[in-house]
Amino acid sequence: MIDLHLPWLELAIVLPLIGAFCVWRLRDVEKARKWCLFFTCAAFATCLGAWQDFILVHASVAGDPWSLSSAMLGWDFFIIDELNAPLLPLASLLYLLTVLATLRTKMRRFSFTWMLITEAIVLATLSCKQPWGVIALLALGAIPPYFELLARKKPTRVYVLHMVLFVALMVLGWSLVQWQASQPEHSPWIFAPLVVAILIRSGIAPLHCWMTDLFEHASFGTALLFTTPMLGAYAAVRLLLPIAPDSVMRIIGMMALFTALYAAGMALVQREARRFFCYVLLSHSALVLVGLDTVRPIGLTGALCVWLSVGLSLAGFGLTLRLLEARHGRLSLTGYHGLYEHTPLLAICFFLTGMASVGFPGTLGFLGTELLVEGAVASYPIVGVAVVLSAALNGIALVKAYFLLFTGTRHVSSVPLEVSRREKVAVLTLAALILGGGLYPQPGVASRHHAAIELLEERGVVFPDDPIHATAERQGDIHDAAAQKEWFME
Amino acid sequence: MPEILHGPGLFGLILLVMPFSLVLLLGLASLVGYQLGESLISRLVQLTCVVGLLAGLGMLAWMLTEGTRYVPLELGHWVEIPHFHFSLKFIFDPLSIPFMLLSFALCGVIGAFTTNYLHREPGFNRFFFCFSLFLLGMVMTSLAGTIETLFAGWELVGVSSALLVAFFQERASPVRNGLHVWTVYRISDAALLIAAVAMHHLRGEGDFAGLLGAGPWPAGHANVTHTQALVVGLLLLVAVAGKSALVPFSGWLPRAMEGPTPSSAIYYGALSVHLGAFLLLRVSPLLDVSVWLSAAVVVLGLLTAIVAALSCRAQTDIKSALSYASLTQVGLIVAEIGLGLRYLPLIHIIGHACLRTLQFLRASSVLHDYRTLENAMGVRPVARDTVGQLLTPGLKSWLYRLAIERGYFDAFLKDYIATPCLRLFTWCDSLERRWTDMLSGTPSRESDALPPSAGSLEDLS
Repeated sequence: MIDLHLPWLELAIVLPLIGAFCVWRLRDVEKARKWCLFFTCAAFATCLGAWQDFILVHASVAGDPWSLSSAMLGWDFFIIDELNAPLLPLASLLYLLTVLATLRTKMRRFSFTWMLITEAIVLATLSCKQPWGVIALLALGAIPPYFELLARKKPTRVYVLHMVLFVALMVLGWSLVQWQASQPEHSPWIFAPLVVAILIRSGIAPLHCWMTDLFEHASFGTALLFTTPMLGAYAAVRLLLPIAPDSVMRIIGMMALFTALYAAGMALVQREARRFFCYVLLSHSALVLVGLDTVRPIGLTGALCVWLSVGLSLAGFGLTLRLLEARHGRLSLTGYHGLYEHTPLLAICFFLTGMASVGFPGTLGFLGTELLVEGAVASYPIVGVAVVLSAALNGIALVKAYFLLFTGTRHVSSVPLEVSRREKVAVLTLAALILGGGLYPQPGVASRHHAAIELLEERGVVFPDDPIHATAERQGDIHDAAAQKEWFME
Repeated sequence: MPEILHGPGLFGLILLVMPFSLVLLLGLASLVGYQLGESLISRLVQLTCVVGLLAGLGMLAWMLTEGTRYVPLELGHWVEIPHFHFSLKFIFDPLSIPFMLLSFALCGVIGAFTTNYLHREPGFNRFFFCFSLFLLGMVMTSLAGTIETLFAGWELVGVSSALLVAFFQERASPVRNGLHVWTVYRISDAALLIAAVAMHHLRGEGDFAGLLGAGPWPAGHANVTHTQALVVGLLLLVAVAGKSALVPFSGWLPRAMEGPTPSSAIYYGALSVHLGAFLLLRVSPLLDVSVWLSAAVVVLGLLTAIVAALSCRAQTDIKSALSYASLTQVGLIVAEIGLGLRYLPLIHIIGHACLRTLQFLRASSVLHDYRTLENAMGVRPVARDTVGQLLTPGLKSWLYRLAIERGYFDAFLKDYIATPCLRLFTWCDSLERRWTDMLSGTPSRESDALPPSAGSLEDLS
């Protein structure tokens, strides 16, 4: 495997851990926030460095030089490839912006130490391709929210039941897949535990209730950072996509499609802002899985584009809601709040990020949605119709929420509620990325197309017309499952 | 110098760059919190409209001089990957040029009118930002050479429209109506997007020339089968019905009158309400392929005209009456298109848009106008109910109910589509609540205890 010029990946994982240790010892929350900001900035810079270095080395997969994990394990535990290269900076940016936009009113309730530990786990998960490594890190990542729920004296049973089931099914599922690789006959039913585990982690209905419960009881920041990197989709790409038969992918796609529509409809009837956000997120993250189901370059490219755009836009949307919550407490959606005059910037960002998530023209999500629908129509026309309908329902729900929060009789407050400079930097950064990526989408789409081709090649899809994948159209079921499994177990 | 900057290319670029720059300028100023002065905004809007109009006239003059009826402006691929590309292509032909000129001219007029109308209103900047989005959307839609570009412009018009209906956002009623308009627009947009993808799928590209024939409008010949034309055409017809308030979606039009009068004039009297008819004209070669599609267009247009003409007579405020009068004409225009006419509907659109803009702008002083008219005549003009005398009292009252209820279409959509859907999801929500309550062993939703409004920070302490 080709090496990067510096050990960026391990640095990106170690830096937040060092930061967690430093912040853990501090009593002063303001000082803790500053240190946390420094370490999240450093982790973000390192992830950006990894991405740029990966582009420079012109490899399809690269690893760290002088890697500690390689020295200990004998193989590259952390790698960077076309899929995770932009996901790493995206995830670290979400953490950085969350710290940047954490107000004093929230600091005492939001643990910076746990946040830094979670960041290290998320970055490690996204850098890992080894199935057991991904499973272990996903299981590890489920622990910090549990401790927060305990610390806040909130009910934990819904979350714990789902996460225990998720981890158990993940371990069982992968063990069965490995066992099956040595058997002469293969059955798609062997994938059932793994599929259910991934459906749980991705919040696919009817296994999604842990997510609404988490948003209900955990701090908004924690719930946001646990869900927006979409690690369920990552597990699907790393564990299932290379080896699962088409029928298995289709089941996931159909359930995800149902969730996209169901969650979009549920967002319309929510009476509280966090739950509303959770359903919007569920609907959009399900769309990523719908794109994976197409198993075609255009659909998969669309899914990967939607992954980036939804990750960015809904994180921005969530952060905007969090900033509003910091000023007004939990927000009901049963009456008009009239907040526009106090925080016009938040109103603009709320609208912009919301529209970006539903693929409004000129924003990052537009082409992703277009490609996803195009790919879905090529596979099954009805899927394309359902995707468009879910986007339409989400669009209605988002504008409804905008009107409820920002319009109505002007909110009266005796304290200033304007946006601070730090918050302004956070929301403007997101706005710039959403608009910049929307107006100049070619590099992003081309990079996701490369990633889609790499993933399909791992799956055994061949592109016979030319060596640089110019045809990029799947040629039937050429995929040799046994050969793939053999490759995958190596 | 690049070839595109010569002759028609330069005019085309100016036409696109001016409204885009206006959106960028006003949008960025709002985003960074910089308050632009009223006079500066007004001058920027006027500059954009005047330069755009001149460039449009320049393009028309060039085309007339050269004797050409079709000028494509290809700005390359916005996105290109194997098996998919999104072309930035704009076309200048006998359909796009009049519509684009109309957009610049009427937006210039409305911009000048609004400068005084909204002087010192708190939402002055907000209005003009939405207005600039609308102008960009109209220009993009008019000149679009691909269905994707048309869709992008179509969406910009939709979102600016909904935001302007809810312009007076301190009152709940405009906001509710804004949401209603947005909901119908989203359904319309969904239909258009599906049609766009279907067209892309059929031809492997979204270029109108590929699907509807390369000849200058209206001479193109659609390269699709009868069934394909019917399916894509029906999807487009749903999009048209939503955007132009044709039945059964016509209920949103009087609701949209909650916005400021200038936006009512430009959207629902002049341009936006005609966008559906414009789309039908643009895809008219599809209508030529399928007689069933043409028949559906005629029926929808006539039905809309009849319902709107009836409803117009039962309205109690001038803007609603004007909106239904406008819709009557739009219905007739749509029927004309279905009947195979091409230039007549285009002329009808232009004439109607100009007249209706004037009427809307004079709407606020209509009593004064009537008084002046009566004083000049010396008598009060009395409307003769000639048709009413021919009807039985029972039929008259039935028609009156129909007119007052606006054809019962709103009630039908609410009772049979919106409410059952919302009830279904509310029921699902209650099921989820029971499930999580059971799993957690305690009431799982602390958000249930939230008051309807957050109160102030002092209440939270």
